[in-house]
Amino acid sequence: IMSPVLLKLSEKTTTNMICDLFQNSEDIRCKCICPPYRDIEGQIYKQNVSLKDCNCLHVVEPMPVDGKDVEAYCLRCECKYEERSSGTIKVTIIMYLSILGLLLLYMVYLTLLEPILKRRLFGHSQLIQNDDDVGDQQPFANAHNVLSHSHSRPNMLNKVEHAQQRWRRQVQEQRKSVFDRHVVLS
Amino acid sequence: MDTSGFRTGSLDSLHHPSDVDDDDEMVDIAGATLDFSHTDDDPPLGSGDYEERGGSRAAGMNGNGPNKMVDPLEDPLPGLGTYEDFNTIDWVREKSKDRDRHREITNKSKESTVALLHSVSDAFSGWLLMLLVGLMAGALAGGIDIAAHWLTDLKEGLCLVGFWFNHEHCCWTSNETTFQERDRCPQWQSWAELITGTSEGAFAYIVNYLMYIVWALLFALLAVALVRAFAPYACGSGIPEIKTILSGFIIRGYLGKWTLIIKTITLVLAVSSGLSLGKEGPLVHVACCCANILCHLFTKYRKNEAKRREVLSAAAAVGVSVAFGAPIGGVLFSLEEVSYYFPLKTLWRSFFAALVAAFTLHSINPFGNSRLVLFYVEFHAPWHLVELVPFILLGIFGGLWGALFIRANIAWCRRRKSTRLGHYPVMEVLVVTALTAVLAYPNSYTRMSGAELIAELFNDCSLLDSSQLCGYKPPTNTSKTGVGNSLADRPAGEGLYTALWQLALALVFKMMITVITFGMKVPSGLFIPSMAVGAIAGRLLGVGMEQLAYYNHDSFIFKGWCSPGADCITPGLYAMVGAASCLGGVTRMTVSLVVIMFELTGGLEYIVPLMAATMTSKWVADALGREGIYEAHIRLNGYPFLEPKEEFGHSSLTVDVMRPRRSDPALAVLTQEGMTVGEVEALVESTRYSGFPVVVSQESQRLVGFVLRRDLLISIDNARKRQEGVVSASQVVFTEHAPAQADDGPPPLRLRGIVDLSPFTVTDHTPMDITVDIFRKLGLRQCLVTHNGRLLGIITKKDILKHMAQIANRDPDSILFN
Repeated sequence: IMSPVLLKLSEKTTTNMICDLFQNSEDIRCKCICPPYRDIEGQIYKQNVSLKDCNCLHVVEPMPVDGKDVEAYCLRCECKYEERSSGTIKVTIIMYLSILGLLLLYMVYLTLLEPILKRRLFGHSQLIQNDDDVGDQQPFANAHNVLSHSHSRPNMLNKVEHAQQRWRRQVQEQRKSVFDRHVVLS
Repeated sequence: MDTSGFRTGSLDSLHHPSDVDDDDEMVDIAGATLDFSHTDDDPPLGSGDYEERGGSRAAGMNGNGPNKMVDPLEDPLPGLGTYEDFNTIDWVREKSKDRDRHREITNKSKESTVALLHSVSDAFSGWLLMLLVGLMAGALAGGIDIAAHWLTDLKEGLCLVGFWFNHEHCCWTSNETTFQERDRCPQWQSWAELITGTSEGAFAYIVNYLMYIVWALLFALLAVALVRAFAPYACGSGIPEIKTILSGFIIRGYLGKWTLIIKTITLVLAVSSGLSLGKEGPLVHVACCCANILCHLFTKYRKNEAKRREVLSAAAAVGVSVAFGAPIGGVLFSLEEVSYYFPLKTLWRSFFAALVAAFTLHSINPFGNSRLVLFYVEFHAPWHLVELVPFILLGIFGGLWGALFIRANIAWCRRRKSTRLGHYPVMEVLVVTALTAVLAYPNSYTRMSGAELIAELFNDCSLLDSSQLCGYKPPTNTSKTGVGNSLADRPAGEGLYTALWQLALALVFKMMITVITFGMKVPSGLFIPSMAVGAIAGRLLGVGMEQLAYYNHDSFIFKGWCSPGADCITPGLYAMVGAASCLGGVTRMTVSLVVIMFELTGGLEYIVPLMAATMTSKWVADALGREGIYEAHIRLNGYPFLEPKEEFGHSSLTVDVMRPRRSDPALAVLTQEGMTVGEVEALVESTRYSGFPVVVSQESQRLVGFVLRRDLLISIDNARKRQEGVVSASQVVFTEHAPAQADDGPPPLRLRGIVDLSPFTVTDHTPMDITVDIFRKLGLRQCLVTHNGRLLGIITKKDILKHMAQIANRDPDSILFN
């Protein structure tokens, strides 16, 4: 039971947060590059102004020349308006790093932890589960297997286990073709 | 003529395109004669009942009466009509399946509103799929760009304001950047500053160097470990395999979701590790994966391999479009380099998808300046006809480099395939990365990424630039400058001389390191490295020409058009032409390359120099070696790719190429009745052929049809399990009406439904070039050879490829797949 004021407030803060995430006020800028002029060094000026104010007179501060030279100086300066979205960058990088981290963890789990866990749970006798010589040379072999995998138990865990086993076998096949026998992908 | 009803829908609708609302005008049969007159056994169709329509052989199994019409929309036996891994699809069958389905939907749409809506949605599903492919590929490309930029800069330092900013974005708002040092700001700290606190001096340099190498090795190790553990198909460029897939080959898992995820993630890592590779080729693979995954949402594309390949052609266009920001160039690339068949419908749809992807990428805005690619060119300086001579020289250089690179790379890849070098892929990646990092760091032009290098080389120097490459002596009279800030030709200063010898070293380094980098077990493309090599060579030549023009402005070459004080030579243009010619020399692209480069520059002024250089480079490269890099890799891997553009110049007859040859055992055929299930199974198990012709009887050898091994095995398995009474002694019947038999015998197994009743045939005296033409144009996998109307032998695509290899004095056993 939230009072309408609180509700409106939380709504506003959420939209503000989303707005801040995706449109930072720092995300626009006008960049003016001014080449060397007479005895003045070249300079770069940046300010976050909007598109209509993006010209030499508004951005170049303090103006290094005075009076009648201002026009000649400003003629050589080049001003460009640029926009970016720092929220997109942040979200992309964090998503990328998290997916990378998850994949690395899964890889570590598959190569190191899973055999240890399996050995502890099922004992030594059933360790030889993964069929290393499934990679039948004949590609025609799996014509027989097409109809054979339809007896699935309704158990969810078994389905996941089954799918994972099938995926691992596929990856092993691929690894054999690419890395060992060098048949595909040189 | 009443034999016309026999043929499956494919040929029929080719001759009567007005019957079906179909704009697939791509197949043009020339010269093949197909004759189907039977005299006994089965009466010709048209005399009453017919049990199957069109090309669907999927249903009509045992127990169905001869009058049952088959609905092409029903689900057949699972597995029937699908293909084995590493096999070629049957284009004719797939296309006729699709035509039947379309005809069925159109006919049904007149019945009710629901069916009408269904037909409308079916027509629009293609466009919806293109929209989704464009969105997904554009989003992924934007993410890859942002992540790759950030990771590349991570090797040098870290941003304190927010670790997710790369160098340029870190200093975006800072006011401490100066004209000379545009990327120095206090928010960005290099590793030496973070670790030791100083940023100058030998110690800081060594710390930076070591951190660079450590990061590069770490990225490369992660990339190759992930590829090896999760998706071994994600390595390499992907374009040779996609070319083969589009010609009809099946590689299961090559365009799957794990390959997509791993390719995206490891592409970023591989590009950021400083290796000399690009991301354009892998982006094509990523786009095709997206298209393949999205095809599973639409029945029309999920079940039909030929329609799916249309979508994949469009996806290849999308890949190049997001890589270069060039939608038209992408479509032409797909047409010229990647696709095998390219109907007009695909042209329009590819363009739509490429535009959607470019628009998505534009709105993500990965570079913060509304450009889609880092090396966009913005100058429009004019060029003069005399400059065509150096442009053609650049073309010759590009052609020479292309031919040499292909030879060297193929030799290296062959060594990797056959010797012990191939047993240590992870070690190989690490060694190459270490070598690249150690040699690349000292030279600032090899330290920066390929795209940044190209951007700097394409840049035209003006007063606003302060880089080393623009280190000319200051103009003597500051008021006498050209239009805006463009400058007259000036003599070279100190900075430029340093830049020149650094660039020369970079050229040699890049030429050699790319040979061993392309083809490693990480995602690698070669557009950017080739363009970098060409751009360096072009810029060197351009600066040379500029200085020549400045110091010899009185000689007859330059007198007419290059007066002192005018801006006549633009080295940036030479860099662009050089990049195009090197890329053209390696990949042998023509039109698509010119259009991509012209879309990069945004203007038509430079089309003539680009075309001149590209044509020269292609001719020179073709004179030295016939194939581009992708065809060479296809040949290296032995994929069954029948080159659509090659001319077959040898004058042999079909009887010379067909099987069985004189020393081979006789053709393995099935008779239309009289064989038992046990005999059929024994025949199938004892041979490795993927299909068997069905004849009337062993004596007459008159052709009935062709049946595929996979369909046969699936049907027999299914019948043994599901149907009662089928045992090894049951008769297998391929005719329409089962023969009368004793009451105590087991019921017959009727398999007429899986026989292709219209196999393509040629006579034994058909010249091979017509046969090869038929294979190419129709996308056949096998063709039966008859002599005086009787079955003589069979000729498959593999036989043709082996024959072509033999003619070209190559090893015919290098063709590995069917």
